[in-house]
Amino acid sequence: MAFTTLMGAKVRRREDPRLITGRATYVDDVQVVGLLHAAFVRSPYAHAKIRRIDLTAAKNAPGVVGVWAAADLRAAGLDVSMPVAADIPGMLKPPHPPLGTDEVHFVGEAIVMIVAEGQYAARDAAEAVVVEYDELPAVVDMEKAVAGGPFAHGSLTSNVAYELPTKVGEVDALFASADIVVKQRLVNQRLVPCPMEPRSMLAQWDTGPGALTLYTSTQIPHLLRTNLAILLGLPETKVRVIAPEVGGGFGAKLQFYSEELLIPWAARQLGRPIKYIESRSENFQTMTHGRDQIQYVEAAATKDGRIKALRMTIYSNLGAYHHLLTPAIATFTPMMSIGCYNIEALECKLVGVFTNTMSTDAYRGAGRPEATYLVERMIDRVAGELGLDPVEVRRRNFIAADAFPHPIATGLVYDSGNYQGSLDKLLGLVDYKAFRVRQAEARQQGRYLGIGFSTYVEVCGMGPSAAMPAPGWDSATIRVEPTGSVTVMTGISPHGQGQETTFAQIVGDELGVPIDNVVIVHGDTDRVQYGVGTFGSRGTAVGGAALKLAINSIQEKAIKIAAHVWEASPDDVEYHDGKIQIKGVPSKTMTTAEVGFLAFRGVNLPPGVEPGLDATRRFEPPNFVFPFGAHVCIVEVDAQTGQTKIERYVAVDDCGPIINPLIVEGQIHGGIAQGIGQALYESAEYDENGQLTSGSFMDYAIPHAEQVLSYETAHTSTPTDVNPLGIKGVGEAGTIGSVPAVVNAVMDALAPFGVKHIDMPLRPEKLWSAMQSTRNGAPH
Amino acid sequence: MSTIEIDVNGKHHTLEVEPRTLLVHAIRDKLGLTGTHVGCDTSSCGACTVLVDGVSAKSCTIFAVQVDGGSVTTIEGLGASAELHPMQEAFWAKHGLQCGYCTPGMIVSAVDLLQRNPDPSDDEIRAGLEGNLCRCTGYENIVRAVRSAAEAMRAAGPRHSVAELLPAGGGD
Repeated sequence: MAFTTLMGAKVRRREDPRLITGRATYVDDVQVVGLLHAAFVRSPYAHAKIRRIDLTAAKNAPGVVGVWAAADLRAAGLDVSMPVAADIPGMLKPPHPPLGTDEVHFVGEAIVMIVAEGQYAARDAAEAVVVEYDELPAVVDMEKAVAGGPFAHGSLTSNVAYELPTKVGEVDALFASADIVVKQRLVNQRLVPCPMEPRSMLAQWDTGPGALTLYTSTQIPHLLRTNLAILLGLPETKVRVIAPEVGGGFGAKLQFYSEELLIPWAARQLGRPIKYIESRSENFQTMTHGRDQIQYVEAAATKDGRIKALRMTIYSNLGAYHHLLTPAIATFTPMMSIGCYNIEALECKLVGVFTNTMSTDAYRGAGRPEATYLVERMIDRVAGELGLDPVEVRRRNFIAADAFPHPIATGLVYDSGNYQGSLDKLLGLVDYKAFRVRQAEARQQGRYLGIGFSTYVEVCGMGPSAAMPAPGWDSATIRVEPTGSVTVMTGISPHGQGQETTFAQIVGDELGVPIDNVVIVHGDTDRVQYGVGTFGSRGTAVGGAALKLAINSIQEKAIKIAAHVWEASPDDVEYHDGKIQIKGVPSKTMTTAEVGFLAFRGVNLPPGVEPGLDATRRFEPPNFVFPFGAHVCIVEVDAQTGQTKIERYVAVDDCGPIINPLIVEGQIHGGIAQGIGQALYESAEYDENGQLTSGSFMDYAIPHAEQVLSYETAHTSTPTDVNPLGIKGVGEAGTIGSVPAVVNAVMDALAPFGVKHIDMPLRPEKLWSAMQSTRNGAPH
Repeated sequence: MSTIEIDVNGKHHTLEVEPRTLLVHAIRDKLGLTGTHVGCDTSSCGACTVLVDGVSAKSCTIFAVQVDGGSVTTIEGLGASAELHPMQEAFWAKHGLQCGYCTPGMIVSAVDLLQRNPDPSDDEIRAGLEGNLCRCTGYENIVRAVRSAAEAMRAAGPRHSVAELLPAGGGD
């Protein structure tokens, strides 16, 4: 089947042939002559003084080429703290050395780096390192950490990294005059991102030009290069960062890890290439975690279910150190806690807390799933307290479709939306009334069905530079080659999102080039102009917008050249269906390829027009974009076992116009699965000593195929005017929308037992216990 | 060091390995077949799945010496761009992959599943892939791909090349 229009078509992904045949090149697949391998000795204690490190045996172990502890790094001139890009005025910033120095602050903190001939030799030598510790009391529980000692760092006299108060609107008056105030404590548990490819890196020092190449599994090759050059004291032009095939990131590879500094540093010291591939156990302990908030929420509502104001205290567990964006993640939560509702006032105290655990940072949704969960649970809690239908309460609180662009109380301006529209479409797919009848009948038989809704709006397309801790723009270069093939260099760094396909679709249509003649290059700082990367659902909303600007520039120049050839005014020439033509004269056309050749040949060009047909453009977003949607989940909870079975899941999402339905659907599916994972299965657990007790796939339950189901998806399409494509991001929407839908459904199922709230993950033992604790397991 | 004799993707190899060398490292490091990935240390994720003597096995959890005298099929041996295995083609058509890291192991496991059950139900497919983790797709399109490959394999039609399928080929 050939497509007449690529935009909106289910084009098979161009990246897949290499992936399905095992011919893709991830970092671990890069072959280099003379390669050494690294291993790290890591702290088994959450908080301890390092009394003594004995490296003698390790240095003498077979095949060992280099061994370094923190003191050795300093002696060799590397005395740095890992950077944090986000800043909150007055926030505490304990030093974050690349190797634990004198005191360690979480289980898994690297203490010694070993480099050896072969990965087995490196790991053997790591076993030979002797470290003696004096264990210190660890602080793990966030609320205890806020209340006082022990302190996560010996250098601190408080575990509170920052307090960020917000108060907008007449909160006190609205609470005073409310018909009802509903209070709820919500725990948004800690999660482990678990990309299937762990952190992987290979550094190569070229002693000739004195240049460094780092292959690393990252979402941000250029930002990593800048940071690496600064910390290594190298000219940025002598650092090349390559993100080859990247096996998932989910925000945890939007990062600059100390290993990404140390491996290049050691490669330079030794003048030999070094590879480090972490084990899955190391990945659980040392790749940034996500979520981990405790939220105290009060909602002031009228008796007809109108929510007037929110009051919140939110504790955000930062872990032991600030990573790149650690302190900023939770700031999205109060900002988006209003959701898609007309809530006119809110007060929030956000508290960032240090503990002796791995740092938290971006994980799919990054602060917004916590906001959506907060408001969507509160909507259901208010409905429950008032005896109102949760769908009706949502309807009564929605921001109206004709109220966009819509400034909200926290200062954001929602670009476009139709929240009632997506809910209506969802209700057209699910017979809600019939379900309530079936639910009532089932209860008579001792079967507990539940239905849960989530109507979400999220902020993404990160973002306006002024509102970001890093640049928010992105870039694209288009080169029309002499033979008419088109090379695109994009500044984003896709790792599963499929822009090698969607960007080729856009170029194919707009420039009239067969899609197979379009190649999308990304993830190599020596081949691609500076770009910011892939995170915050920005790849297409920002990087795609830059591509559209570059297309516009190519078209403008091509029109000038064609007009000159035709001795016409450029004003009378246009692009139509991918071809250049005299306006209204479809018989007189030229292709982009033909013009590209003329531009290459450099003859017969209009005065003042340079040879060549290429363009580099950058898109600075004037605002974020705000995708939205309505999800519904239907569950049955087994009263005998507490087991939840999801019977049906339907999602209506609106990310504006869709470039490739296959890819958008795939993003939604994966997002829902991660949301179900949080709602029902996943939790990163530390014991009171700071040991990660869920440190492998055997005790951290990312969903298996059997634990999720066949999702039904549908869309509405509300364009944005924030970017020239009209599109919004879709990478995080599924995760943001799904968590409260699942939890609301389970709580609805348990309503006959008088259960109002249970914290995630909703594992069988919790549900069973909750059912047992009310009237010996008999429903009211 | 031990000397082992193995057939990998139909080709005979004599390899010198340490007794503790994992099969996956022998395949990747000695033979340069890097399509088989390592995703965990606990034989939980299935990214390293290969066929050993025709049956799926997690190659990160067996020593190379255990396969002495045996045969191994990796993702590279199932099909290449000139002639895709129907399972590879189905994963492509149904968008059964995103980052692609779990994909080789997932495809090999699915091939093993269809050897045992040529016409599985969706539930049987989900149960059959219980040993393979994917963090990107939510499994829905993987299930669709396996169902579609099962149909194609029962029909036993010709294999296709990437070049045949690529020109503006649509998924479904």
